[in-house]
Amino acid sequence: MNPMTALGGLGRAVLSLMAAFGRVALFALDAISHILRPPFYPREFGMALLNIGWLSLPVVGLTAIFTGGALALQIYAGGARFNAEAVVPQIVAIGMVRELGPVLVGLMIAARVTSSIAAEIATMKVTEQIDALVTLSTHPMKYLTAPRVLAALITVPALVAVGDVIGIAGGYTVATQNLGFNPATYLKNTVDFLETRDIVSSLVKGAAFGLIAAIMGCYYGMNSGRGAQGVGRATKGSVEAAAVLILAANFVLTGVFFSL
Amino acid sequence: MIRMENVHKAFGDNHVLQGLDLEIPKGTSMVIIGGSGTGKSVALKCILGLIQPDSGMIYVDGKDASKGDRDAFLARFGMLFQGAALFDSMTVWQNVAFRLLRGSLKRPADEAREIAIEKLRRVGLKSDVADRFPAELSGGMQKRVGLARAIAAEPEIIFFDEPTTGLDPIMSGVINDLIREIVTEMGATAMTITHDMSSVRAIADNVAMLHGGVIQWTGPVGQMDASGDPYVEQFISGSAEGPIEAVR
Repeated sequence: MNPMTALGGLGRAVLSLMAAFGRVALFALDAISHILRPPFYPREFGMALLNIGWLSLPVVGLTAIFTGGALALQIYAGGARFNAEAVVPQIVAIGMVRELGPVLVGLMIAARVTSSIAAEIATMKVTEQIDALVTLSTHPMKYLTAPRVLAALITVPALVAVGDVIGIAGGYTVATQNLGFNPATYLKNTVDFLETRDIVSSLVKGAAFGLIAAIMGCYYGMNSGRGAQGVGRATKGSVEAAAVLILAANFVLTGVFFSL
Repeated sequence: MIRMENVHKAFGDNHVLQGLDLEIPKGTSMVIIGGSGTGKSVALKCILGLIQPDSGMIYVDGKDASKGDRDAFLARFGMLFQGAALFDSMTVWQNVAFRLLRGSLKRPADEAREIAIEKLRRVGLKSDVADRFPAELSGGMQKRVGLARAIAAEPEIIFFDEPTTGLDPIMSGVINDLIREIVTEMGATAMTITHDMSSVRAIADNVAMLHGGVIQWTGPVGQMDASGDPYVEQFISGSAEGPIEAVR
């Protein structure tokens, strides 16, 4: 292949990627500006709080409890290789709060909420419901996007906090029931080892991941193509983009909080 | 009065509107006919600002439709969409009263519900439909709910996009009669897009034939059959022979 052709192809791909980032960034700024300006839609916000927050609790709880339990087993087995089995409470706590809690909740939200938002809005677009909103003097960004983004921004950190606690509880249950740890000592080691910075980082990551999840769902939904295929593509694209951006944001935020 | 002057709109290489000129006098019912993909819906959406024209001007009562208070502008319009476009997550009465439950026309929920039920009655639906969801209704009932929503805030201008598509002939007749009655009763300016010639004859004061991105013929519905325009004649007869290509 001609090197110039390859270079041209690479350039086009980079430009296309940058343009996509630009479009998403403008969409996010627009969505945030609509959160701050009236009119507000409390009913839609309440529904979004319910759908994104409350109804995600079972999947978040189950994910966290199994992950916490598995983490305890892994740390115990790995620690045994160099006589460090006693570190299970500390590593489960730090692992859940700093990394696994926020990331797993973020990915679960991407799977459950981003896909649902994208599919719902894309279907509304395909069936002209978005056009109907406009003709009824209602701004779709204000009515559909702003309540969902605000609800995700508030509820996902709360879900992360719940996931952290349940994950630690999963580790505690396995460690005390199967691995012979003393319950009181386990809890004391967990509480003593965690720092404020760990908890703050967990909640900040939750807010960032919630924002990403809701924005990507709304962006792909609003920009979906026609027909069932358009809805399918929008849904798939939103989950892929949200998952990758959540993992990338996790890397950046971990660097910000813990590399100093 | 609605006036479109030299309106152009293209989607990529597809030049849908190529200098559209159209005038709809106040209080009259204009029906736009034309084949699929000739830009009828695009023209309608350009007036509402759902699609931005590439060039040309659109005036409503002499004022540039692209300028001024958008909410006040849209508050003058009601629209019945092709698939009704009802909001799945809301009950029928909430759909009908959508405009009355929020924004500048907001009223107490009880009052909005009463108005919604009255509008549902106006389109021939019983009050027990009010608390059902759109998915529980037949296509014809959904169209009627869409019509009730379009007239709920008593707009000055009403648009109907393919109001009888997908309905049986009897239900089509019911919808056509309702549209005619409501438009006359409200004194509204109406613009309808349709392929259905029975709708044209039932609804229209004036007819415009859109083809090739421009209006080929326009005139009173009574003159349509004797228009002498080959596009209109072919469209009325449904013949494959004529200036409109059957394969597009």
